[in-house]
Amino acid sequence: MKKRILLVAALLLSLVTLTACQSSADRGESITVVGSSALQPLVEAAGEQYGSEHLGKFINVQGGGSGTGLSQIQEGAVAIGNSDMYAEEKRGIKAKQLVDHRVAVVGITPVLNKKIGVKNLSFAQLKAIFTGQVTNWREVGGPNLPIVIVNRAQGSGTRVTFEKWVLRGAQAKQAQEQESTGMVRQIVATTPGAISYMAFSYVDKTVAAVNVAGVAPTDQNVTTNKWQIWSYEHMYTNGQPKGLTKDFIRYIYSDAIQEKMLPKLGYIPVNHMQIERDLKGNVTATKGG
Amino acid sequence: MNVKQQDKLATGILYTIAGIIILVLASLLAFILIQGLPHVTWHFLTAPARSFEAGGGIGIQLFNSFYLLVLAMLISVPLSLGAGIYLSEYAKKNWLTSLIRTSIEILSSLPSVVVGLFGFLIFVIQFKFGFSILSGALVLTVFNLPLLTRNVEESLASISSMQREAGLALGLSRWETVMRIIVPEALPGITTGMILGAGRVFGEAAALIYTAGQSAPALDFTNWNPFYIASPLNPMRPAETLAVHIWKINSEGIMPDAVAVSAGASAVLIVAVLLFNLGARWFGQHLYQKMTGTGKKGA
Amino acid sequence: MDPIRESLLKVSHQAKLERRGRIIGLFCISLIVIVVAAIFYFVASRGLATFYHDKINLWDFLTKQAWNPGTKDSHGNPAVGALPMIVGSFLVTIFAAIVATPFAIGAAIFMTEISPRRGMQILKPVTELLVGIPSVVYGFIGLTVVVPVIRQLFGGTGFGILAGTMVLFVMILPTVTSMSVDALQAVPRYYREASLALGATRWQTIYKVVLRSATPGLLTAVVFGMARAFGEALAVQMVIGNAALLPHNLVSPASTLTSILTMGIGNTIMGSLENNALWSLALILLLMSLVFNLLIRLIGRKGAMK
Repeated sequence: MKKRILLVAALLLSLVTLTACQSSADRGESITVVGSSALQPLVEAAGEQYGSEHLGKFINVQGGGSGTGLSQIQEGAVAIGNSDMYAEEKRGIKAKQLVDHRVAVVGITPVLNKKIGVKNLSFAQLKAIFTGQVTNWREVGGPNLPIVIVNRAQGSGTRVTFEKWVLRGAQAKQAQEQESTGMVRQIVATTPGAISYMAFSYVDKTVAAVNVAGVAPTDQNVTTNKWQIWSYEHMYTNGQPKGLTKDFIRYIYSDAIQEKMLPKLGYIPVNHMQIERDLKGNVTATKGG
Repeated sequence: MNVKQQDKLATGILYTIAGIIILVLASLLAFILIQGLPHVTWHFLTAPARSFEAGGGIGIQLFNSFYLLVLAMLISVPLSLGAGIYLSEYAKKNWLTSLIRTSIEILSSLPSVVVGLFGFLIFVIQFKFGFSILSGALVLTVFNLPLLTRNVEESLASISSMQREAGLALGLSRWETVMRIIVPEALPGITTGMILGAGRVFGEAAALIYTAGQSAPALDFTNWNPFYIASPLNPMRPAETLAVHIWKINSEGIMPDAVAVSAGASAVLIVAVLLFNLGARWFGQHLYQKMTGTGKKGA
Repeated sequence: MDPIRESLLKVSHQAKLERRGRIIGLFCISLIVIVVAAIFYFVASRGLATFYHDKINLWDFLTKQAWNPGTKDSHGNPAVGALPMIVGSFLVTIFAAIVATPFAIGAAIFMTEISPRRGMQILKPVTELLVGIPSVVYGFIGLTVVVPVIRQLFGGTGFGILAGTMVLFVMILPTVTSMSVDALQAVPRYYREASLALGATRWQTIYKVVLRSATPGLLTAVVFGMARAFGEALAVQMVIGNAALLPHNLVSPASTLTSILTMGIGNTIMGSLENNALWSLALILLLMSLVFNLLIRLIGRKGAMK
């Protein structure tokens, strides 16, 4: 018994030390990408494809949220930190040392439980709903049904973007919060009177997206900024990228990813955008692809 | 109502309670299995997951779960045995021992997300293990140690002191007495505790999200050299386990068949825990017979 | 030298073994203690930073109701009132314990007194299996079954304390049951024999003798279950609604310390107030498990004095 235990312990110890000391040659090359769960599926898929095209190179993609991505890239613990928002928008991040790579655009739309039947909401109505001034669907042209607000967690990229463009500084009403889009979708789909918001790519037939101020939530409208609730997806590096990191980011910008993969996953390629929006929200026209 | 009737009534109520508990579990199991099993095919069990297309499987996640479990148990079982033996046989009854006990208990009721974050900052960042099976196994060890230690200590304490006296009277050292007499005697109890611990490890998600990671890179099942990066045995690769996979699909999954994959994976997880439970139970019995010589032919 | 003299003077094989064993045990236990100390230091240093570094008033933290660490209230102080979460955590824990206790003790009595054979063969594996079901799956079932049922029966959205209670009830049942079994089994056999010999029925024996003498053990089991419930995160988070509001009733969305902690931690930056405030919640969790523990100790000591 004891011998067996000792043997196992010794084996394990040697395994650990050997692995820790192994030379980088047989390890292959790998980088770790951490952060935004909204960007995770894209980077994961791109990383897989990159790995299969470049043998011996591995892209490890982890979620954890935009906060984690920005914290870790600032610490220099990872190669790339993914974020749904500008680093400047997060307190406690020294954005100066970080280099921003805007790799995609994501449109965010309010979603309703299907039974409500409201097709269009104005910005004022949306604001009134999420600040708690309006509490029944009757007041915005719907059935007599109390409004159930489902929020994302405080500080999540989707929520920050939504509140930035809809609430414009007003304080949101305390309401249910959910950690992830999947949960939000499930809850909106099954709870009468529920309203929330999510990226276009998550909208499916179980929930109903609405027009805002007469504009439909389509990729086309995002590229012209007619649909205002959208954000860039950022990949941050600590200083200018080098080596595999640089290669991988270049790969993300290649047509194979931007033109073929992004639309399939529901993101909008950056060079489709006909405008550019900076941190403060100033819009300038560009002529994209 | 006389006492006889009361007795009958109480017995009836107790039977009802036992029945309800079994019913709850049966319906839980049935719910998970009925929802999930139709999706479970050989392809589902062996194919790698797909991040945004239908038809992905859980092959790598399944392997990762088992590998991580084995590694975690390899580290935590000897440690908890040692610690449990020390607490039950050697430790003096004083404030220090009591302090140690209290701190172990507190560790066991910490939410796993706190343990996970601790592991993230210590193992992943500080020790530079990265998102890896090793970090995951260490965190699971931290998470599991208190329960296992407590279990070992209790199992040992329940062995009558006559056994110890007998061992000592034979001129054995205390250590030999413990290893040769007490531990074999307490083995069924210890094994049960280990099974429960293993079950917890198998289903744990929160502690692993930040340590073993949420990605399952493709594995090369022809190369078993633990130092090769895509080798299934490499402890330094990130490894998404089944429970983490379920969590991830439910939270951010965008594949069209997310609901089916999640239900199927849950069913597989439950079946695995079930098999594991039964297997370990049989193993414990077998070991007990072998070590105490109560087997049919006297091993 | 004289071989007898030599063997007497030399440290015997047994003594060496003994020393080695003690060292191994000591090594393991000190490793655990180091880990525990590290976690304590880690949580405490970050959790206390809210009060030292960000200058939040401890009393405000514990009694204010507004939780919105990113924004400031009308006086310019960050809104970090943890009362809704503290209340939520206590409510689900207490309710879960109230519901689970009769079931757990009933099952334990069934296993030890009524039908030990069947109890041990069916009920025990069943409860052990309940432990193995991952909390993600519990949460998923809670979301797809418990929440809609509650919505049908009681109105509201279905998310809230009640849904949390139901999920936690099933989750702590195995722990409380198995510890209750231990407590009942520890009651000496001759107590029961004496009672039965006096002409008491089985129920009278159970109720007046076995349960009475096992009370400290049973209480320990319940408190232990409460400690578990207090620290559970994923499953509760999926069904409680996570609104940092004081619950008006059992079916209005509420939150627990763990649910807010799990949800927010990925979206905050290390070292910022938002992050520190979350660690303060973790610190409360830690202190609460300390309290639960002392409670168990106290009960144990009371029981032991009898």
